[in-house]
Amino acid sequence: MRRVGVLALQGDFEAHQKALQQAGAEAIPVRTSEQLEQVEGLIIPGGESTTMLKLLRVENLLEPLKRFAEVKPVFGTCAGAILLASKVTNPVQESLNVVDIDVERNAYGRQLDSRVARIDAAPGFVRSGGASEDFEAVFIRAPVIRRVGEGVKVLARFQGDPVLVEQGRHLVATFHPELTADRSLHKLFLRKLGPETHDSPKSEQHR
Amino acid sequence: MYLDDSFRVKVGLAEMLKGSVIMDVTNAEQALIAEKAGAAAVMALERVPSDIRKEGGVARMAPIRKIREIMATVSIPVMAKARIGHFMEARILEALEVDYVDESEVLTPADEEHHIAKRDFKVPFVCGARNLGEALRRIAEGAAMIRTKGEAGSGNIVEAVRHIRTIVKEMKQLTVLGKEELVSESKKLQAPLELVQWVAANGKLPVPNFSAGGIATPADAALVMQLGAEAVFVGSGIFKSEDPEARARAIVKAATYYNDPVKLLEASEELGMAMPGLDVSKLQETELLQTRGW
Repeated sequence: MRRVGVLALQGDFEAHQKALQQAGAEAIPVRTSEQLEQVEGLIIPGGESTTMLKLLRVENLLEPLKRFAEVKPVFGTCAGAILLASKVTNPVQESLNVVDIDVERNAYGRQLDSRVARIDAAPGFVRSGGASEDFEAVFIRAPVIRRVGEGVKVLARFQGDPVLVEQGRHLVATFHPELTADRSLHKLFLRKLGPETHDSPKSEQHR
Repeated sequence: MYLDDSFRVKVGLAEMLKGSVIMDVTNAEQALIAEKAGAAAVMALERVPSDIRKEGGVARMAPIRKIREIMATVSIPVMAKARIGHFMEARILEALEVDYVDESEVLTPADEEHHIAKRDFKVPFVCGARNLGEALRRIAEGAAMIRTKGEAGSGNIVEAVRHIRTIVKEMKQLTVLGKEELVSESKKLQAPLELVQWVAANGKLPVPNFSAGGIATPADAALVMQLGAEAVFVGSGIFKSEDPEARARAIVKAATYYNDPVKLLEASEELGMAMPGLDVSKLQETELLQTRGW
């Protein structure tokens, strides 16, 4: 079984762990760089990006995360999308610069502007098990992707703005696929892990 | 269950706050300190609970100008307290576009019989509870997040521990009961059968379950999280301590690493004196805040 980490500093990491299990993977909460070394891919969940950033700095996890993303796939949702971006505004804050996108925080407004909406799959983007062209997405105080770089492919849009994009092995959603029942995006991320190898990381050592 | 889209979005924001700390603040300066320390949200109120306790008088919703200043200063969610049953304070906070309303026993209740009918609102609500019946009644009214009441402003964790243990134990007990027993249990809990059945099937509340009321140290935060709380509210504990900034950072770290004693030691290392505490058992019944709510 593939071992996928979920950054568990804060946020809805448990919902992602459950979604990964439903998609057929083993989900490992990651709070230290040692735990990061044990996983084949990482999900950065929704939550408050300022809080996560603060903890990443204090716990010296920023550099290990950047190195991880150079060789392994990362999937960022909402706050995770903000952390993976190359540039963040409203307000300006540090980010990991893993995916070539500019992101504006809280761009739809406050909680009263959070919503469940149908989003449009880009032509050619076919989700496993989903034939329909639009699908349900939960937006919570969501960011908006204001710019996508050349190597970034838009997979879905809402009101014309990109909300699901990929760049090589990385995946970014401004909404919360972990809060809907459809597991196709977690499965898509699992396919980015590549073929299973025999030297894949061993089970977590006992502390 | 009331899982329409509106309720999913309300619970959604509570999900995003799991593993974090929500800090009481009375002005923009404190809000900024809280955000910089890693708070995932702030709670705007007129006075922190220990001052309300000391000064007495009627405690109301915070001044709007203060809440606006806080909203303009931080990028994290801003919550604000409304009095129990005071649905017009809540409507005003909704019009102000705060991110969450706390229908709170810390303020002087406006209605000694009824809580706010929270499902009619677009803004999500958090409510306090001491036991499962209270929690489920609040959820039935539309609360999208529950927090234990503890004893606000006491700096004493004993009541928060009692309340989280009670709720967790009462939920566990439901999971072993038969269908007929759940009907009678629903009557005892004074909570809708549908919600009692949901808890019996899932062993947890249908909304996130946080802890509040008396958390003053990183160890306190870790304790209630070990007992089943999914995040913590810290009221007087931060800004009534000797070292608000360091303490705020330390409690944030404790909410993440509540399972890791070495990290908790690191978090506790540099701290000075916590807020002065009260022996809750010496308080008069009329001085208790937790008994407010019906």
